[in-house]
Amino acid sequence: MSDTTSTAAARHFPAINLHVLGPVLALLLLIALGAWLNPNFLSYGNVTNVLARSAFIGIIAVGMTFVITAGGIDLSVGSMAAFVAGLMILAMNSLIPIMGVGIPVILCGLAVAMIAGFIAGWLNGVLIAKVRIEAFIVTLGTMGIYRSLVTWLADGGTLSLDFDLRALYRPVYYDGILGVGWPIIVFALVAILGEVLMRRTAFGRHCAAIGANEQVARYSAVNVDRVRIATFVLLGMLVGLATIMYVPRLGSASASTGVLWELEAIAAVIIGGTVLKGGFGRVWGTVVGVLILSLIGNILNLASMVSPYLNGTIQGVIVILAVVLQRERKAAGAR
Amino acid sequence: MKRRSFLNTIAVAAVAAGGFTATGAVAQDESYTIGVAIPSATHGFMGGLNFHAQDTIRRLEETYPQLSFVLATAGDAGTMVNDIEDMVATRDIDALVVLPFESAPLTSPVQAVADAGIWVTVVDRGLSVEGIEDLYVAGDNPGFGRVAGEYFAETLSEGDKIVVLRGIPTTLDNERVEAFQAAIEGSGIEVLDMQHGNWNRDDAFNVMQDYLSRFAEIDAVWAADDDMAIGALEAIAQSGRAEEMWVVGGAGMKQIIARMMEGDPQLPVNVTYPPAQISTAIELTALGLISSTPVSGRFIIGSQLITPENAENFYFPDSPF
Repeated sequence: MSDTTSTAAARHFPAINLHVLGPVLALLLLIALGAWLNPNFLSYGNVTNVLARSAFIGIIAVGMTFVITAGGIDLSVGSMAAFVAGLMILAMNSLIPIMGVGIPVILCGLAVAMIAGFIAGWLNGVLIAKVRIEAFIVTLGTMGIYRSLVTWLADGGTLSLDFDLRALYRPVYYDGILGVGWPIIVFALVAILGEVLMRRTAFGRHCAAIGANEQVARYSAVNVDRVRIATFVLLGMLVGLATIMYVPRLGSASASTGVLWELEAIAAVIIGGTVLKGGFGRVWGTVVGVLILSLIGNILNLASMVSPYLNGTIQGVIVILAVVLQRERKAAGAR
Repeated sequence: MKRRSFLNTIAVAAVAAGGFTATGAVAQDESYTIGVAIPSATHGFMGGLNFHAQDTIRRLEETYPQLSFVLATAGDAGTMVNDIEDMVATRDIDALVVLPFESAPLTSPVQAVADAGIWVTVVDRGLSVEGIEDLYVAGDNPGFGRVAGEYFAETLSEGDKIVVLRGIPTTLDNERVEAFQAAIEGSGIEVLDMQHGNWNRDDAFNVMQDYLSRFAEIDAVWAADDDMAIGALEAIAQSGRAEEMWVVGGAGMKQIIARMMEGDPQLPVNVTYPPAQISTAIELTALGLISSTPVSGRFIIGSQLITPENAENFYFPDSPF
């Protein structure tokens, strides 16, 4: 999938091909390394595992691309995912006595997740755009709030979905069409729609304009506050969508759900070539970034060539290298 | 809520003391305050520990009106140090029960408490310097690894292959894993790999998925923690290899114990590492204050093997863990 989007993007930027391709090259190198280290790396099972587990961070990271492009940041997404997952499980469990175990309960759960994501994103957006508090501070605050709320909801333990309902809901993570799992399909759709939204619509151009220079955007009759709130609402709803794919996997949520997802999502966005200060965003790059991050963990598990204590070091080095390579090329090409 | 219950007990203690004035003025001197500092409920085990701490405090306050408690939960070592300093400065505690968030940063603040003549009980994680605490209460980490290892050595035969999920890299995890390796030594069991699942369901799920793609034959999994066991079981179910291997978790999470009581063949045994050890620590500390029962020293709670036959004794449906 990343191949088709990358060629599409290459058509848009024929002149700066070299540095645009940086993350793709890194991804290809990782794939080659993985295939060389372990013959099972390219097996159907492993590829689908990696893509499916990338889906949560991936769906969130697509939304994060818009927020960062518009000059914002959202640190609350990991906690928000845990909180939405907790709410969703509680809502579905409490609806079972009324509605019985069935598809309607699950549909209600999905609605709860999307609505909770919408409200949470909207709150972040309004506090940032209307009350004019720094995005970093607002989302740092909501990060703590959602994390402690989910701990409180779970009474410090784990919220588990009713066993029978779980059996019914489980296929949403584990099944799919023609051997491609639902999380992978949803992730692909979100990425394609995100790419179209960023490249082909006024909303995408407004995000970049606000991120580049808010004053200029304002004078150019862009409704800055509305666009900014919309980026956070979009991200919140994508968090809801990611949660919908996450809950059927283990059927539970606890205080340790989604820890550090926000940083993984932000890292994926930056590896993919979006500028952290805003003004330029690349959705397909984000997808490549997410895949790079998942593959590093996967390869380290498959190869066990270094002490597991050093996994974090390897991940950190690769993340920084990926960005450094890209920056040097960008500096040489663009300026 | 904690604050309110603290004030209530003060009131109760004051009334009780007032009522006893006829019998003697000593009643005033016999009221004690115990400070309890523990990490906040960030994962299943600590959730259970928080639950048992609150439960024990409630029970002790009812039983002994002359005792009052200050409970503080901290998300990091720095906050815990602040909590302890506040307890000493403003609550005038007579004893401190502390589960150090990390050993090194807590050592000198707790030392200062001990130097001020306050009774110190350390739970689970030892301090970096020996001899500070009056009482040490802990689970048996080497025993936790050994009991699991012995089961593997007895049950599996030579050449059988296992994988291990480790916790967050800490001394505690090292002690468990070393004891496990010592227990299976000479049994001919082949450990295919040991990776960190960080006592986290999602991480364990991912690591187990990767083990399953990598190894064609796995006979058993030592998940070393019930949260990790749940993640591993789900990955195994997805691969359709549930018949091939069994999983041993640890710490006795109620969902796992419930499945064992139903005789799930994938979960043959479990090893205890009770979060209720905080209750042991608080109870002993209280006992030492209000009676002449000697309670100083070390109290190591043994790790027991839970089997489907005795699982019922380890099932606590009210606990969140």
